Amino acid sequence: MSTANTVLLVVSALLALGGAVGTIAAARPLRAALALLVNIVALAGVFLSLHAQFLAMVQLIVYAGAVVVLFVFVIMMVGATGKVPRSPRGLATKTVSLVVMSVVSLVLVFGVAYVSMPAAHLPHGYGTVEGLGAVLFTQAAVPFELVSITLLVAVVGALAVARGRTPKEAAEARARRAAEGLEADARLAEERRISAEVSAHGGH
Amino acid sequence: MEFAIGIYLALASALFGIGAIGFLLRRNALIQLMSIELMLNAVNVLLVAFNRVHPENMAGQVFAFFVIAIAAAEAAVGLAIVISLFRLKQTVETDSADELRY
Repeated sequence: MSTANTVLLVVSALLALGGAVGTIAAARPLRAALALLVNIVALAGVFLSLHAQFLAMVQLIVYAGAVVVLFVFVIMMVGATGKVPRSPRGLATKTVSLVVMSVVSLVLVFGVAYVSMPAAHLPHGYGTVEGLGAVLFTQAAVPFELVSITLLVAVVGALAVARGRTPKEAAEARARRAAEGLEADARLAEERRISAEVSAHGGH
Repeated sequence: MEFAIGIYLALASALFGIGAIGFLLRRNALIQLMSIELMLNAVNVLLVAFNRVHPENMAGQVFAFFVIAIAAAEAAVGLAIVISLFRLKQTVETDSADELRY
């Protein structure tokens, strides 16, 4: 690895870790989103140090340009709910999960940190738009099309889930509920009448 | 000539652990979704790093590409669910969504 590459890797790895910690430690969702942005941009730097230029670009466009912006939209939409008092609920579970996950990931980090593998010679066009595009459209054309269908379904699903009732639908639902209520009232009155009759005739 | 892939593996493990801890500890649905994004990104680092030592074909980078696309879809659907939850409960704390708990 060349020196410039190492510097790029170390700086972006530290930034990525800092951004990740900031994301989960931030008290306000908007700060968490900004820390996530730092993490994502730093990961694009990590991809660059691995000769994955196209992926670094996709990472910036899709994550920084779309996903984080979507998060910020939703944060703006639900509004700053302010600080929520920390609930004591699940404190034991939280402690256990924190300890277990920390131990597992620390063991993993120090277990793999000194692994090294023989460096391979990079083929021509590795990681460029041209190279990855050729692979995508020759070896992975079907998954590529499936992913586009998945994205379409996800967009339609997101619309269907997030869309509230229109005023017309809300009025219809109200009318239906009112009608059901009237029917139930009528049924109840009928039952009362019958039971009254039965008790009246039962006097014999 | 050796390639120190361990740095990348350690970085990915640490990022995944941080994401998992965030998902388990935070009760804000938005931050939980961001933690999921952190974990997905950690996996991407692994895929691209292993592709760097086996560069004959670009399977790792293609996989990472697909993971990014699926993560975008997941974020869209997840945020839609968060909006629905907010409409219903006026909060995005997942502790408030406990109808199926008892």
